[in-house]
Amino acid sequence: MHAYWELAKSSFRRHSTYRTAAVAGAFTNSVFGLIRASLLLSAITTAGGAIGGYSAMEAATYVWLGQALLAPLGLFGTAELANRVKSGDIAVDLSRSVNLTASYWAQDLGRAAFDVLPRGLPPLIVGALVTGLAMPGSPGPYLLGFVSILAAVSLNFLGFFAINLLSFWVLEIRGFWMLYMVVMNLLSGFLVPVAWFPGWLLDFARATPFPSMLQTPVDILAGRTDGGESLAMVGIQLLWLAVLLIIVQMMVRFGSRRLVVQGG
Amino acid sequence: MASSRAIRSGAGRDPHAPVTNLVLLRLLVSARLRSQLAYRGSFLSDVAGQVLLGLTEFVELYAIVHNVSSFGGMTFAQTLLVFGLASVAFALGDLLLGETDSMSETIRSGKLEVLLVRPLPVLLQLATSDFQLRRVGRLIFALAALAAALLFADVTWDPVKVLLALITPLAGAAIFCALFLGAGAMQFWILDGRQFANAFTYGGRYVASMPGAALFFPIQIFFTFVIPATLVAYAPSLVILGLDGPAGIPAWTGWLGLPAAVALSGLMLLLWRAAIKKYTGAGG
Repeated sequence: MHAYWELAKSSFRRHSTYRTAAVAGAFTNSVFGLIRASLLLSAITTAGGAIGGYSAMEAATYVWLGQALLAPLGLFGTAELANRVKSGDIAVDLSRSVNLTASYWAQDLGRAAFDVLPRGLPPLIVGALVTGLAMPGSPGPYLLGFVSILAAVSLNFLGFFAINLLSFWVLEIRGFWMLYMVVMNLLSGFLVPVAWFPGWLLDFARATPFPSMLQTPVDILAGRTDGGESLAMVGIQLLWLAVLLIIVQMMVRFGSRRLVVQGG
Repeated sequence: MASSRAIRSGAGRDPHAPVTNLVLLRLLVSARLRSQLAYRGSFLSDVAGQVLLGLTEFVELYAIVHNVSSFGGMTFAQTLLVFGLASVAFALGDLLLGETDSMSETIRSGKLEVLLVRPLPVLLQLATSDFQLRRVGRLIFALAALAAALLFADVTWDPVKVLLALITPLAGAAIFCALFLGAGAMQFWILDGRQFANAFTYGGRYVASMPGAALFFPIQIFFTFVIPATLVAYAPSLVILGLDGPAGIPAWTGWLGLPAAVALSGLMLLLWRAAIKKYTGAGG
């Protein structure tokens, strides 16, 4: 356990050296937040006050929380593992005395911990100044929201890790990566709240793990759901966590038997 | 045809004729295309991914529009015209110069030095070095969306509007090329600043494909007169559809697309040249 803690800490330090990247990311997320907030607010004004249960203030809060959590939750993923398969460095990873999945997971949690403040706070400040934020006044949503964020970071990590692991079987994962990104971005509720989707798409989205990756923590943090409902949503997140973990472990197990390390 | 085949195979060309950039360009692009088509399965899955990317961008718009009778003063078919024009322009710009977006990696990995020592303009090499045919997938979807929009949006055509509709995707493509070029040049100064540039390239694409009237007023002004994103599709659409624009994007800006494209391209080319001049090597 100590090894994973050290891995998480060193990953935190590693990401803390890329300060310009963090500033640039925060800037871009804030600009996108302004664009997205204005589009949703314009639609809500035309619709006469609310769409899909979101009032203007609630939609704005949804946008800014989403822009703030985007980087910490790891919605863009990293292709590090796939690159190490390509270069042959994966052989080093596999011969280490730590679990492959757990070591990458720990590093991703370290990255997320660093990203929270420099990339998460600026969009929230811009949002509070421009549109205002409707945040809950009681501590409950924040506590449960923290658990939900942890679960969402892990879900995003496992999703991208599974795509990375495909490189054990195929030479080039770019097509799969792209497909995953596109579907995940839409169905996670990152672009538009899931509740705004037409009925058929909403049902489809709810049958996938994707809303658990962004929509759930955002809704819980904004206090859109009451205690019992929030607990149930975290329960669904944990269920998906178990499913993805099993898939990833199976992939590591069967994939590492197939893997032929080239180069090296 | 015979001459082009001769160039491709390299045989039959006068060996003493000077190798012009145009000849090299054709050689490089055709080599790129053949290499990408060699792995047919991978290529097709890439194209499918790009089509799907265009599709989700459309669903993103649809998820908003299907909830309201009009979005930013436009009907669904009218927003589709904006979306279609913007998508065609972006797909073309991305196809040509999307590669400069990842300039920082080219610099870091030392690839830029390889490009600099060759007797060809760096920009020409960048445009061809990774001429990604898969990005055509995005263009296919964009053209389909534009065709559907032209079919469903009631436009009373006259010669002037036809002219504008023809200029618009090309001017828009030039605007996106210029933005990509600026993004690439900027990364010579701020190596970790790729995401900073994304606010203008991908942020520009996002703004361009949406009805400008739905934006906050300062955003309208910024993305019209500083980064000319609304001039790519929304402003010309106002003229084509005969609509009045919002305060920040009056309908007369519909004709500013081409001049903005020329001015921005010129500026960004100057910036690019300054960036290349400034480059002193990555220790490769």
